[in-house]
Amino acid sequence: MRPTIMEKVEGLRGINSVKIKEASEAGKKVVGMYCVFSPQEIALAADAIAVTLCGTKQEPIAEAEKHLPRNLCPLIKSSYGFAITDTCPYFYFSDVLLAETTCDGKKKMYELMGKIKPMHVMNLPQTAVDEDSLESWKKEMVKFKSFLEEKFDVEITEEKLIDAIKLMNRERDVMKRLHKLNAHKPAPLTGMDMMMAQWLKGFNVDKEAGIQLIEELIKETEELMDKGEFPFTEETPRILLTGVPIGAGSEKVLKLIEEAGGSVVVLENCSGYKGLDTMVDEAKNPIEALAEKYLSTPCSCMSNNNARLDLIKRLAEEYKVDGVVDLTWQACHTYNIESFTVRNFVKDELGLPFIQIETDYSDSDVGQIKVRIEAFLETIETKACCCGGTC
Amino acid sequence: MISIGIDVGSVASKGVAFNGTSIIAKEIVPTGWSPKLAGETLVKILMEKGKFTREEMSVIVGTGYGRVSLPFINHKVTEITCHGKGAHYFDSGIRTVIDIGGQDSKVIKLDEKGRVTDFIMNDKCAAGTGRFLQVMANVLELDISELSTVAQEGESCQINSMCTVFAESEVISLLAEGATKSQVSAGLLESVVNKTYSLISKMGVEDKVYFSGGVAQSPYIRNLLSRKLNKEIVYSIDGQYNGAIGAALIGWEQDR
Ligand code: SF4
Ligand code: SF4
Repeated sequence: MRPTIMEKVEGLRGINSVKIKEASEAGKKVVGMYCVFSPQEIALAADAIAVTLCGTKQEPIAEAEKHLPRNLCPLIKSSYGFAITDTCPYFYFSDVLLAETTCDGKKKMYELMGKIKPMHVMNLPQTAVDEDSLESWKKEMVKFKSFLEEKFDVEITEEKLIDAIKLMNRERDVMKRLHKLNAHKPAPLTGMDMMMAQWLKGFNVDKEAGIQLIEELIKETEELMDKGEFPFTEETPRILLTGVPIGAGSEKVLKLIEEAGGSVVVLENCSGYKGLDTMVDEAKNPIEALAEKYLSTPCSCMSNNNARLDLIKRLAEEYKVDGVVDLTWQACHTYNIESFTVRNFVKDELGLPFIQIETDYSDSDVGQIKVRIEAFLETIETKACCCGGTC
Repeated sequence: MISIGIDVGSVASKGVAFNGTSIIAKEIVPTGWSPKLAGETLVKILMEKGKFTREEMSVIVGTGYGRVSLPFINHKVTEITCHGKGAHYFDSGIRTVIDIGGQDSKVIKLDEKGRVTDFIMNDKCAAGTGRFLQVMANVLELDISELSTVAQEGESCQINSMCTVFAESEVISLLAEGATKSQVSAGLLESVVNKTYSLISKMGVEDKVYFSGGVAQSPYIRNLLSRKLNKEIVYSIDGQYNGAIGAALIGWEQDR
């Protein structure tokens, strides 16, 4: 049984696009963001709304390719396409944009996008395992704060920052608790629903209402669990999905896994669990605490990115995973190269079946991917059988 | 009791009947426009050849790209798992299966029990598959099986395009420049081997290596690939039935 609240969750995007219009017209400032490295807290402390901008659909890509090379990650093309075609309401109502120097493709695309709207670019260090990185990232936090103070003519006090940190920690906490429900065998929520709920939080204009809704979803899901109603059985292969971020429009592979009879129990990617793992330390100086938290994000833009392997290991155990799928976008160098490391780690250290799927947002390769996923699940099923595969 | 395996490929459909100890009938028919019809025809022929009735048939397993269009089967299993199973049945020492069919190529790694431990497939285009050779054979006005006999080693001209569409025009201009059919044929077969080799290199090979699928019928390709890999290659004239055999075995085991 699907929780009925999911319908409300799915409605969030539509409702929020109206809310953002109203808020903007009432004089509220809006900061548009793209990435899990973006410190939403600073925007909230400036009394602004922080929203995630669209970049998960195929539609605007053709338009984007008039400016950008075709051989580029679809996430970058889609984000840019939404911006130039003015088809993302959140982009439209954003007063300023926040970007980071993550991968090369995004960094260079932002140079073009910055011509459309005022943009602040945070200079993200290339490694998290270095003292100097933290120092420079702290300075970047301060620079972003000053940027907003000047743009919006507000003062971002320490008190406001602390409040924003507490609010965002509460949002992380509720999303984390929701995600953890799927550690149960069988999982109470489909990977598709989990993805939706996690992705849609980025559009919440009213954070409190969003938190409340997820609390209700947790409650209803727990009731279904008590009644023993699950969308899967004990035997359903449990999959950890890692790699690039996904959202509505780029959920192709997740959908195919579940249609082929798997249950995606963990979304390790940054649109899922990655950003929820650590909280911002409320006891520390806010800028320092924010810098620490965001720098610790185990994204493939970082060199090295061993923290991702640690996270995969921890989640694989906690969620009793049977196999790992690494999704990488075509032309994404960082994730595609890192996939080799992840493959070896998952196969040798964790002893789990692994498959990498490299694709884009289009549907042209669905048939082929389907066969590969079905075959992958068959390798798990024969392993899982009581006879140990002799049958 | 009899178990049937049906492998509906893009070009040919294969069927076998297994009685628990041996393969008692096998047949191959062109898939044509209707995978369903091809499947039904196969079942009928198998019944005649193996002299068994519909009631004796306990299970039918479908595999291959057309498996989804067979309404009369009991199970569908992907060609990856079936090829692994079939190869293991043929020789339990096999650890790597290379299969090049009409529209895809795959490399499968097996453990000592015939379970698939890893696999890789070609990307979505026809480069390096039977389809590629078919189109090129048409350009040369040869039958696909003649490519191997016409080809002369050491005299090949290089075909640079991997893409079927571009390779076609490349072949036409090579012929126009005076290249012989035997040189072009050799170049085409080499290009298929190179493409296959790069797929294999992504995964590594372990002995023994089994080569199956329609393209494996060509001795020229087998020799070339064997030399390139520096490994001996096991081959069976029944290699085309490998997927169907695997399907029949899986059906038999599941039915027990
Ligand atoms: S993958 Fe990394 S760079 Fe891309 S959106 Fe996620 S956190 Fe940001
Ligand atoms: S998926 Fe890769 S290429 Fe695309 S934006 Fe993220 S890091 Fe950059």
